[in-house]
Amino acid sequence: MPLALKDVLTARGMPTTCGSRILEGWYPPYDATVTARLRAADVVILGKANMDEFAMGSSTENSAYGATRNPWDLARIPGGSSGGSSAAVAAFEAPLAIGTDTGGSIRQPAAVCGLVGVKPTYGGVSRYGLVAFSSSLDQAGPLARTVTDAALLHAAIAGHDPLDSTSVDRPVPPVVEAAARREVPGMRIGVVRELSGEGYEPGVQARFDEAVALLAQLGAEIVEVSCPHFDYALAAYYLIAPSECSSNLARFDAMRYGLRIGDDGEAGAEEVMSRTRDVGFGPEVKRRIILGTYALSSGYYDAYYGQAQKVRTLISRDFSAAFERVDVLVSPTTPTVAFPIGAKVDDPIAMYLNDLCTIPANLAGVPAMSVPVGLSDGLPVGFQIMAPAFADDRLYQVGGALEAALDARRGHSLLAAAPAL
Amino acid sequence: MSTPATVLTTPAYDDAVARYEPVIGLETHVELGTASKMFCGCSTAFGATPNSQVCPVCLGLPGALPVINEAAIRFAVMIGLALNCQIASWCRFARKNYFYPDMPKNFQISQYDEPLCTNGWLAVEVEGEVHRVGITRVHLEEDTGKSLHVGGATGRIHGATHSLVDYNRAGIPLVEIVTEPDVRSPEVARAYVEELRELCRSLAVSDVRMEQGSLRCDANVSLRLRPAPGEPEAPFGTRSETKNLNSLRSVERAVRSEIIRQAALLDAGERVVQETRHFDEASGRTSSGRSKEEATDYRYFPEPDLAPLALSREYVEAVGASLPELPSQRRARLIAEHGFSGRDLVDMGNAGVLELVEQTIAAGATAAAARKWWLNELARRAADAGVTPAELAIQPVQVARVIELIAEGSLTDALARKVIDGVLAGEGGPDEVVAARGLAVVTDDSALSAAVDTAIAAAPDIADKVRSGKLNAVGPLVGAVMKAMKGQADAATVRSLLLERLGA
Repeated sequence: MPLALKDVLTARGMPTTCGSRILEGWYPPYDATVTARLRAADVVILGKANMDEFAMGSSTENSAYGATRNPWDLARIPGGSSGGSSAAVAAFEAPLAIGTDTGGSIRQPAAVCGLVGVKPTYGGVSRYGLVAFSSSLDQAGPLARTVTDAALLHAAIAGHDPLDSTSVDRPVPPVVEAAARREVPGMRIGVVRELSGEGYEPGVQARFDEAVALLAQLGAEIVEVSCPHFDYALAAYYLIAPSECSSNLARFDAMRYGLRIGDDGEAGAEEVMSRTRDVGFGPEVKRRIILGTYALSSGYYDAYYGQAQKVRTLISRDFSAAFERVDVLVSPTTPTVAFPIGAKVDDPIAMYLNDLCTIPANLAGVPAMSVPVGLSDGLPVGFQIMAPAFADDRLYQVGGALEAALDARRGHSLLAAAPAL
Repeated sequence: MSTPATVLTTPAYDDAVARYEPVIGLETHVELGTASKMFCGCSTAFGATPNSQVCPVCLGLPGALPVINEAAIRFAVMIGLALNCQIASWCRFARKNYFYPDMPKNFQISQYDEPLCTNGWLAVEVEGEVHRVGITRVHLEEDTGKSLHVGGATGRIHGATHSLVDYNRAGIPLVEIVTEPDVRSPEVARAYVEELRELCRSLAVSDVRMEQGSLRCDANVSLRLRPAPGEPEAPFGTRSETKNLNSLRSVERAVRSEIIRQAALLDAGERVVQETRHFDEASGRTSSGRSKEEATDYRYFPEPDLAPLALSREYVEAVGASLPELPSQRRARLIAEHGFSGRDLVDMGNAGVLELVEQTIAAGATAAAARKWWLNELARRAADAGVTPAELAIQPVQVARVIELIAEGSLTDALARKVIDGVLAGEGGPDEVVAARGLAVVTDDSALSAAVDTAIAAAPDIADKVRSGKLNAVGPLVGAVMKAMKGQADAATVRSLLLERLGA
């Protein structure tokens, strides 16, 4: 089975660039655990998929190797940061892809390309060989055309890895069985009140509401749930992720591998480091390194990083409280459909708002899926399902049921409506 | 901008400490003797080809992740318990962020505000007086690589044309042991490091070889005026930190030199700058390094790649139960059981024979004889051969047998040395060597009588002198008899036989 691997996971024999100039020419001497498991399952790695530099972005415009386009409309973004992965699968260049998700980087590209994308429970899939953006949030997962395909890929890469101390030693949830069930009678589904309303495109909200109604018809019990601290998730995320990234990306210093600029025999190590990082990193990466460096600085730590960690705890408690009442939570995956290339590059805050719905699951470490639920103005809309930690199978049960009912109603899969490239 | 140079008068050390009280705190790094590194499986062996003991983890390659070495945790807990510390039931690693080419990730995995061990003490004895040094904390961290600066005259970075980095050391587990500012003299500072070294050695957690850098010490020194009688103590002064002292002697010398330097500054009304300093062995002086005022902000935060460490009480108790006898306990026992003096213990400890002496006593030798033979004869032979006494090809039980043979009169000290020669040469145990080399003291009276008669007959003039009462003149006759007996006679016995025969 061929697969496109996001260029943030190492694979022997291929360069790993993370979409950055700073890793130009670097061939990793080892396979990521995800890569090794794929190879062991006879998966053929077709190639490395483009991405926002070091997975920082929501549009795959922040790649040193050029922007990736959305197969549904070539003038639009394919989502990000796993935009190369989503575009490859939506364009039928690869049947499957691996993405990584730190704040929505699998689910948002899946949503805007009409695919199924899953961020597994934190600790469910090994991060060994995943070049870290934000260690406490990063998680690799599947991008596929159907819920069943995603489940099969999920099962192939998940499971405990002694090389990753944050990997959890417990059985992989029965995702393949759950995907095959295709029914939801008696399930309690919570609609997150905070993830709707102003800022959500009418077409997106309409597809979402229709999907919720469909789940009710299928026998699920629908309840509205409030998660009050989700309003602070974006702010907390943009302190925690940059803080960790400022430290994780410190190793790119021209000393051992990758790009080296300014080594003219006169310049000292510090100057070579500085010049290389100046040339090697793009503006978004620099913005986040500076932000994170500031947030961790002596005298600011408590006000920023410390405070963000408290918000993170409150968000986890929101999830825990909600999951006492419901089996899964649902929301739109993104507030909008794919936007035109270039539309938000000069407005970082507008770009960050893409991840409003997806970030809470990363902060709490819980699993989440985006499943396509139709079109708005001819562009795909994603439906997000979130489950308690290690109950990844519930995503597949609900997603599988929704996919089957929508395909039956439509008479074909959503991707069959995609314009031919 | 430069300030006008003040001419400082350097006070004598005794004079300086008469007026100022030194306040000293020590930070000691001990490389743990685990087989593999702190966060990966690479070997920790010293002296390998540069960059041959590395992997994606300790090179900090993109995507690689750390996994805690359980043995390093156990060793650190052992040190903590031996230093009377509390062991945290929950603690975390933290990242210390700064850029340096010998740091593969440009952060060091260390511990910050949640160390593994806190609040302990170590008792240190100097000239019969016991000083209790408070231990603030013991924490675990990874070592950095080692930079080699090439092209300059001094091997230092200043003047070098390029630098080479060996990452074999990167990721070797280190514990950092930080004292309270409890130490008040260079002698106690040295004794503390020495005691800590003995402690780590007895725990077998490190080879603690200062010259190889497996134990390194930083000394924080400040001075304050001694209070007049009845007045309260002055607050602590500004401290300097002298880094990387790599011998016990350097610890003492560097602290002493800092005391004199700071006293001169204070005498001249100048202030001591808070900074790191380097100690130069050749000059015996410290020189200014990086000023703390422009020091890096390390931006510590909890290491997200590692789960928090939660040691169960049972685990800590089990480690505690496994601790061997500690140096202080052992010293007390040896003094009580064998009547050694404190000086004896220091000498035997320094010579590396304490363990061997104990085993020799256990094999039946008297304490005094065991001490004498190991400390004098065998330690010297080990030094000559360039090995440690424990590496000599003679067992404590064999030394005990030699001592037994001397005690029963079968060997003289001179013969015993020959027996030891034989054992060391691989000729077998003491009894075999005695038999093979024919080294036993000859007790056969007829052979001895004949030799005595021959010697007297060969030197009639000496014999006459002795007969006339000059007893000291008998020496050459004793020598002649011993020579005839090939040394296998007891000189004292020979002397009395001669005197008897000459009627003196």
